[in-house]
Amino acid sequence: MNHTDSNRWRTVDIVVASVIAVAFGLIFWAWGLLWGATDAAFAFFPPAQTLIYGVWLVPAVLGGLVIRKPGASLYCELLAAIISALLGSQWGGIVIVQGLMQGLGAELAFAAFRYRTFRLPIALLAGALTGLTAAIFDFVYWNKAYDLVDYRLPYALLTIVSATVIAGAGAHFLTRALANTGVLDRFPAGRDRALV
Amino acid sequence: MISVEPVAAPGAPLARRNPVAKLAAALVFTLILVATLDPVAPAIAIAIELAVLPLFGVRYSVLARRAWPLLAGAGGILVTLVLFAADRSGRVLVEAGPVLVTEGVLDTALGLVLRMLAVALPGILVFATTDPTDLADALIQNAKAPARFAIGALAAFRLVPLLEEEWRMISMARRARGVDAGRNPIAKLRLFGSTAFALLVGAIRRGTRLAVAMDARGFDAGTPRTVARRQRFTRADGLLVVAAGALAAAALTVSVVLGTFRPLIG
Amino acid sequence: MGAVQLRGFGWRHAGRRGWAVRGVDLRVEVGERVLLLGASGAGKSTLLAALAGLLPEDSGEQEGTVEIDGLDPRKARERVGIVFQDPETQLVMARCGDDVAFGLENRGVPAEEIWPRVDEALRRVGFPYDRDRPTAALSGGEQQRLALAGTLALRPGLLLLDEPTANLDPAGATLVRQAVADAVDADTTLILVEHRVAEALPLVDRVVVLEPGGGVRADGPPDAVFAAHGDALAAAGVWVPGRTVPPRHATTPPGEVLLTADRLGLPPRLAPTDLRVRAGEALAVLGPNGAGKSTLALLLGGLLRPGAGTVAATPALAGRDARTPPHRWRAPALAGRIGSVFQDPEHQFVTGTVRDELALGPRRTGQSEAAVTATVDTLLERLRLDRLAGANPYTLSGGEARRLSVATALATAPRLLICDEPTFGQDRRTWLELVDLLADLRDAGHGVVAVTHDADFVAALADRTITLERR
Repeated sequence: MNHTDSNRWRTVDIVVASVIAVAFGLIFWAWGLLWGATDAAFAFFPPAQTLIYGVWLVPAVLGGLVIRKPGASLYCELLAAIISALLGSQWGGIVIVQGLMQGLGAELAFAAFRYRTFRLPIALLAGALTGLTAAIFDFVYWNKAYDLVDYRLPYALLTIVSATVIAGAGAHFLTRALANTGVLDRFPAGRDRALV
Repeated sequence: MISVEPVAAPGAPLARRNPVAKLAAALVFTLILVATLDPVAPAIAIAIELAVLPLFGVRYSVLARRAWPLLAGAGGILVTLVLFAADRSGRVLVEAGPVLVTEGVLDTALGLVLRMLAVALPGILVFATTDPTDLADALIQNAKAPARFAIGALAAFRLVPLLEEEWRMISMARRARGVDAGRNPIAKLRLFGSTAFALLVGAIRRGTRLAVAMDARGFDAGTPRTVARRQRFTRADGLLVVAAGALAAAALTVSVVLGTFRPLIG
Repeated sequence: MGAVQLRGFGWRHAGRRGWAVRGVDLRVEVGERVLLLGASGAGKSTLLAALAGLLPEDSGEQEGTVEIDGLDPRKARERVGIVFQDPETQLVMARCGDDVAFGLENRGVPAEEIWPRVDEALRRVGFPYDRDRPTAALSGGEQQRLALAGTLALRPGLLLLDEPTANLDPAGATLVRQAVADAVDADTTLILVEHRVAEALPLVDRVVVLEPGGGVRADGPPDAVFAAHGDALAAAGVWVPGRTVPPRHATTPPGEVLLTADRLGLPPRLAPTDLRVRAGEALAVLGPNGAGKSTLALLLGGLLRPGAGTVAATPALAGRDARTPPHRWRAPALAGRIGSVFQDPEHQFVTGTVRDELALGPRRTGQSEAAVTATVDTLLERLRLDRLAGANPYTLSGGEARRLSVATALATAPRLLICDEPTFGQDRRTWLELVDLLADLRDAGHGVVAVTHDADFVAALADRTITLERR
């Protein structure tokens, strides 16, 4: 239990990171139920999906902001992908590769600052980079057959913008709101609030 | 209802294979297949997948239930291609304003839709036939995954049915408080966000308690763990992975020989 | 093994101003059975966590010393086992046998010894199922017995039980206490935290009372401790044995009918049920787990669509809306007529402060800002929440959260209040306040329906009971 190496994951880090991924797996599932009709419309016109693309990337940035350990973003997003596959997601095994790719961007952002600062600018950068890696995956894997200027580039740019706003800023304010409830008291992120 | 139980008949010859082998086979099969954009290779792959389905003990009706949302995805591919296709070669079939449908467009659409199905099915098969505990055990014992992470993830996964019930309760509790959204999409979005937040708070609280209970039973003690349930990776498991690779390669080869092969990169 | 020595022990959690526990001097010998008591917030759970070695050095500040057999508890973790209150967050695995094996695997027990030890532990707690039973299919009492087996399989010298029966119905609680009595051998030291003293007394031979401000207030055989400190303990919220609560039943006959259930059911959770809910009457819904009591509460509360039969409001409750069933009313209209109090208060929290939480309902039902402020201030004072008006609802203690959840339901002044296990896990003080509050409401002409397992609560408040049968 002694942590001379602050980069070592405690049990509570592992379990809470996993639970965040599981909760988001469930939230995405509930989202599908709620927006069944509009979702189908989105599915029929994929470019529109990019506007809310950032929603799927929240676990990556949130995991990094809450856990503050190397690998947290990668682990949360990967596990959220595996959970959605286990819950019967229709996209199958490829979501695992996609999850890894999406988590990678946020991970790089936190690593670039050696897991020392977790303020809003870093969260925005993590959102933007995770959007970038997600966009690269889609650019190559899903969108290869589409027109470069009319579709692939705008799609990639919108993905990055959406990720910066929703996953980056969103996860930042979500972390703050969670800290206010006291459930993050065992994490440095939860101790940033005033003594109570 | 979310189902977290495997849906396969447990005795089926391929469902019984080591979970890591099944996962590796699915990944190998998929990754080889994504190398091409043509319709022929994925069509062959789908035929193979449907042929091995009984060996996994999965009924066709179960697969259809899990896979039907893919149809919406297929529709999306078609619409987007009609509007944004890069390759508009071949005979013009329809022309109306920005909509220009050619044989080339339809050919590409067919390839993409088939590829999406061919890539999705192996994953559905693996997860539909695998018990999460077995998967975690096999990942630790046969794939050298870190035990603390695999077990931690497994323990969290056990909370899925609890959290699903919690989602329902939170939703009803909001109605009891006088909060509903009616048909207003903005209100609907806010209500969804507030419900999701309450779920997340409860989930993290549970996770923290669970972690303490796990530590109390020596999870973080630093002693090397032993394993109560042994997962074996046998020759048959190795064979499954090799066979998956060979079959996918064969599908690609046919496509190359027929001259339809269109590489993803390049 | 399992001797405990505390000298001037104190602990303050990181991020907190106050000490969770402080100034505790205590020695417990091997094989002693100790009941640890104290008001809510006296630091009982923190003390157990310290003994179990579960307070990492970087998670707070320590004063004095704590030792198990002369060792720092963090280095003596294999000598200590602990069972917590919530069954659902201490089971790790999906199958029962795997869950008991989990601790043995962690401790590096050789594989061939694991399953015999699992079977032995399951036998000791009287576990009725085989090892492949899914943990999710167990009742709360069975889950707690399984958690006890998982701890006993590790053969601890010191066994800590942190309110192990607080979340259980009476039948489940009895099963768990029986398992503890049967399974703990003579040289195992036992320290138990429990509000419900009378039920716990047969398990212990010594009572230690923590003082909320710090230190030990009383220590000795149960009879001596309760003779000397019984009144003060009862006032502090402890269920001291032999102290009955004066009942508060309705003094006038019930008034008009507010809600009628006719062959109301929801297969497979609730069998068809007939019911009339009246103004000025407290109705208790009883029955074993699985009989559908909570489902009935949700159906009466207009939160679930009936699967069979009907729920109908009378014009006395709903005016012209009485023609449509409650589950089809808009939420604000519903909240103004029927208030629902959920078993878990946190399910109902929507805003970021206690004050906003109370103001939400009145605003949704269209009250003026002045009226909202008046309602909120009255409720804050009435339920002793005024000091917490600015606090985040999720940071409240169990008793505070319960009071807030009742207050939020009352804020819209519904004629009918439906509560699901309102007294669950509450200390005596909150319990008494709830009885008084609900009795006041009933006497003011409101209808009160309470789904409950709590026989004392029924005896104190209920004017009429109905009992559902297990399907």
